[in-house]
Amino acid sequence: MVMLPVLFNAKNAMSIDSNELKQIATLARLGLDEASIPQLTERMNEILAMADQLQDVDVSDIQPMAHPLEFTQRLREDQVNAAIDREKLQTTAQATHEGLYLVPKVID
Amino acid sequence: MSLHQLSLAQLTQGLASKQFSSQELTEHYLARIQRHDDKINSFITVTPELALAQAKAADEQIASGQASALTGIPIAHKDIFCTDGVKTSCGSKMLDNFIAPYESTVTQQCQQAGLVALGKVNMDEFAMGSSNESSFYGPAKNPWNLEHVPGGSSGGSAAAIAAGLAPLATGTDTGGSIRQPAAFCGISGIKPTYGRCSRFGMIAFASSLDQAGPMARSAEDLALLLNAMSGFDEKDSTSLNEPAPDFTAQLNQSLKGLRIGLPKPFFDERLNPTMGDVIAKAKDELEKLGATCVEVDLPHVRLSVQCYYIIAPAEASSNLSRFDGVRYGYRCDNPYDLQDLYFRSRSEGFGDEVKRRILIGTYALSAGFFDAYYVQAQKVRQLIRQDYLAAFEQCDIILGPTTPEPAYKLGEKSGDPVSMYLGDIYTLSANLAGLPAASIPCGFTEGLPVGLQLIAPYKQEAKLLNVAHQYQSVTDWHQQVAPGFEE
Repeated sequence: MVMLPVLFNAKNAMSIDSNELKQIATLARLGLDEASIPQLTERMNEILAMADQLQDVDVSDIQPMAHPLEFTQRLREDQVNAAIDREKLQTTAQATHEGLYLVPKVID
Repeated sequence: MSLHQLSLAQLTQGLASKQFSSQELTEHYLARIQRHDDKINSFITVTPELALAQAKAADEQIASGQASALTGIPIAHKDIFCTDGVKTSCGSKMLDNFIAPYESTVTQQCQQAGLVALGKVNMDEFAMGSSNESSFYGPAKNPWNLEHVPGGSSGGSAAAIAAGLAPLATGTDTGGSIRQPAAFCGISGIKPTYGRCSRFGMIAFASSLDQAGPMARSAEDLALLLNAMSGFDEKDSTSLNEPAPDFTAQLNQSLKGLRIGLPKPFFDERLNPTMGDVIAKAKDELEKLGATCVEVDLPHVRLSVQCYYIIAPAEASSNLSRFDGVRYGYRCDNPYDLQDLYFRSRSEGFGDEVKRRILIGTYALSAGFFDAYYVQAQKVRQLIRQDYLAAFEQCDIILGPTTPEPAYKLGEKSGDPVSMYLGDIYTLSANLAGLPAASIPCGFTEGLPVGLQLIAPYKQEAKLLNVAHQYQSVTDWHQQVAPGFEE
């Protein structure tokens, strides 16, 4: 498919540089391979440039959508329900000890 | 006709009249998987022993006269549904070692209906993709042309059905992930109204958009499977809190007087012209059945891609923060501290597309940009929803193409995310608005199937399936068999 030039609206395009990308990656707890950063920055900026077209829409007096059928969050009685057995649940973990999850030492 | 070419109703009839047993039927499909799946890579996990045990139980149920319409029929589950004791990978290295400790509501409902689970099928990693190429297990392939993608993210489900390796499959649709692969592989699929099928035990991608649904060869088969898969579930906080109707009830209604809306943004310059011709013929066919057409405008639908690719990554970045290498999933070797464990487990466990979306979402939700991106996108989403509500005052159902072009070649778009995202232009808005939408086969172009998309007002899946079934009663596109998979 041909990429349409209208997708890139340089006028109000927000964009990120490689340092900002690294910062976002830190927030997301993702390590980035140094060599992949230039191309990833470019791809991210293409996606952000596309998203920037949303800025041109008049949304005054429009409430952000929360649920298609305008439902509000359902509440339930605060009572104990059937839960999954802890031992079974912990079979999916790499390291446990007496019902606890093990991770590297945090405090010396 | 061979067993794998029979409709669900014919299979049920065959089981009831003892022409074949569920065990024979299941063995037939397991043999086909063994013979053909090397070519299309549609299964991640096959569970023959479990399947044959379930088939045996189904045969006993049939013999005792307690069978439902689905008892003893095989099904393949998208590997996004947790299945107790069976590997549930979500197409990711992150969950390659994950044996689910509980059962999702949808697969449990299928089990209760007597369906026989053949195994778990391929998908884009965490359902993020439109081509199946982001799967850790390699892409599934399109049975109609093995060099082409099957679509995604439910590509394994669609490919398995198109190749006759399963008569039914479950799928999930966050931005088109049931409809687009159904279109690419020449099968039928429906994304129900948001909330109709429970999200419990379905690994979350974008919670306000995710919706499970059935995939099959025909609308009639979809209706039968949707009956089993839907209904209120207290374990899903956004579950539709009302009983689901019988989705087969309206199948045979006449289409006389049906008003079909043709939205301008679905017939734009991006639509491949030969696809446009195929869609126009499908529309003519429905007119012959008594429907009339009216043009409708959905002005904000043109911004669906932009809106979706903020909201979905934002929700994904939040949902996928749970994968930290501690409680389940991949953990890196020899972490030197807790931060290293988080960083390396996530970096090594997630693929490129998933990382890209987590990064976009993290940025969109970060302080200073939250209003400009996420809130703005949710407001545009509201406008898209209002467009549909206005359009449905003029028509009963909306018709258009499912995709702008047929299945493309493997690798053709994998390096260019924006181009890949633009392939979703016709499917995204139904997710953003939460509306039920289906794709059914309506012809071919370049030897590849074309999908017809139908969108209905909220909760009117039965109407959608009625229109699809009436169309399939006068056409045979849904009965075509991919070459090389006849036997």
